Amino acid sequence: MKTRRTSHVLLSLLAYAVALVMFFPILWMLLTAFKTEQDAFSITPQLAFAPTLESFRTALEQGSGYWHYAFNSLFSAVVSTLAGLLLAVPAAYAMAFYPSRRTDFTLVWMVSTKFIPAVGVLIPIFLVYKNLRLLDNLWGLTALFTAMNLPLLVWMAYSYFKDIPRDIVEASAIDGAATVQTMWRVVLPLALPGLASAGLLALILAWNESFWSLTMTDHKAATLAVYIASFKSAEGLFWAKMSAASVLTVTPIVVLGWFAQRQMVRGLTFGAVK
Amino acid sequence: MSPIATAALAKTAPPAPPRRRARSGPPTRRLMAPATLFLLAWMIVPLAMTLYYSVRHYNLMMPELRNFVGATNYKLLLTDPTFWHSLVNTLVLVMACLAITVALGLGLALLFNRTFPGRGVARTLAISPFFVMPVVTGLIWKNMLFHPVYGLLAWLARELGLAPFDWLAQQPMLSIVIMIAWEWTPFALLILLTGLQSLPEDQIEAARLDGAGRWQEFRHIVVPHLGQVLYVVVMLESIFFLTSFAEIYATTSGGPGTATTNLPYYIYQNAFFQYDIGLSSAAAVGAVVLANVFSFFLIRFVAGNLNAGSAR
Repeated sequence: MKTRRTSHVLLSLLAYAVALVMFFPILWMLLTAFKTEQDAFSITPQLAFAPTLESFRTALEQGSGYWHYAFNSLFSAVVSTLAGLLLAVPAAYAMAFYPSRRTDFTLVWMVSTKFIPAVGVLIPIFLVYKNLRLLDNLWGLTALFTAMNLPLLVWMAYSYFKDIPRDIVEASAIDGAATVQTMWRVVLPLALPGLASAGLLALILAWNESFWSLTMTDHKAATLAVYIASFKSAEGLFWAKMSAASVLTVTPIVVLGWFAQRQMVRGLTFGAVK
Repeated sequence: MSPIATAALAKTAPPAPPRRRARSGPPTRRLMAPATLFLLAWMIVPLAMTLYYSVRHYNLMMPELRNFVGATNYKLLLTDPTFWHSLVNTLVLVMACLAITVALGLGLALLFNRTFPGRGVARTLAISPFFVMPVVTGLIWKNMLFHPVYGLLAWLARELGLAPFDWLAQQPMLSIVIMIAWEWTPFALLILLTGLQSLPEDQIEAARLDGAGRWQEFRHIVVPHLGQVLYVVVMLESIFFLTSFAEIYATTSGGPGTATTNLPYYIYQNAFFQYDIGLSSAAAVGAVVLANVFSFFLIRFVAGNLNAGSAR
């Protein structure tokens, strides 16, 4: 009995230790953000330092461009999520409540587009965007984010709609409600928590998206991913500023992610794990 | 609405009153068209164009020369040592990251599946890396942890009396693997933990009553149940690891030399710096084929689950 309790305590301590090790790089970034550049770039790591908001100030000041990139990130993430929901919900609704013989095929086809690697479509999209003057254009980037998240949103909306008993929908239809009315008044309120979490996941993925931002934007439509990447050549000069900018970029999403854990499992595994 | 769909609906739906019959039926097609067209325009058409470009001579430096060249691009690709190098790098990266994330994720999932005070907070901290933007991951690790003089690991090595080590220069691939594994272990942990929490409790209870030991319980109940979950984790992670880009972009830019050039980075370089659309399209076709090897099985699994899942 005693050894059992000891091992329980030891395993718990191990869990704390592991959690700390995993979180440590984030913590270190957080600490560095509150240091002066001298403290940040020091040969012995400074733990007892006088915290300063100086780096945040320089990261946020007018000339840094942070707000420009933050606006682009926010715009592309929010608009692509809303557009994705707007496209996904009707399609998922039709497949969930009015299945036909082709429904399974269509659904699986939509999901499978998620597995086309981005490099597989990069070159044509780049050339077409160049001709249409959509390169370094916020709408062009937002459309790409929408396409990227659409399969996931269709799938999640479909799986939440499937959880709603068909009887409710049929009863509403029998009462003479039109399809749009049934969808708007009966189904959507029931599926709203699920759709909200699907949207949250899409928002997180779009915000963190780096591949398309790095390849399709330059400055005008560049997101925070591009801004942070611009620090890559700053050898040790701006570690504190880089950390402050990173903290401002990462924190909202990490916090959102904490709340979206369970939905993320359901969404990213396409319902295979609930 | 198509006659087939109407027939299918008539079969599954209970007899509706005549009022509903009189309507033209739900506008299924109109509801599905926007999403379908959008995916066609942004995914399927470009995919077809990639295939088309891959059999043309097409370099942005010489835009007037754009003739059909058959398999020439593919032949060039197969004789380019950098391509082979990038293919090997891609596979090494996928395999190493898979091995680490699945092994660590499984261990951590078992660790966090027990009840202890503060479990929620500890788990939340442990999965946080997954939500960090890949570019940030790259820069934090490259500068503050891996830096050969000012990095934390360099300081740790000095304290332990070890020789200084330049991670990204001396072990570039290992460094990239560590960063990606740091981001994705939480993903494996989270999904495997969810899988563990849906274990058949009654079976475990029965096994215990029958005197099964801890190991037997693990071997005969936990492993088979987790098998499915593991399958999903491995397939999904493979597809994501195959397309790793931002971590490499932010740290090594594919170097030193071609030590960390994976397939996506190879395509990016050939298209954006060599302007060779034909060759990079051929490589992109290769990347799609490679991803399809994994996604074929995953999609089959998802499709198989489709009706089983909805019956629940």
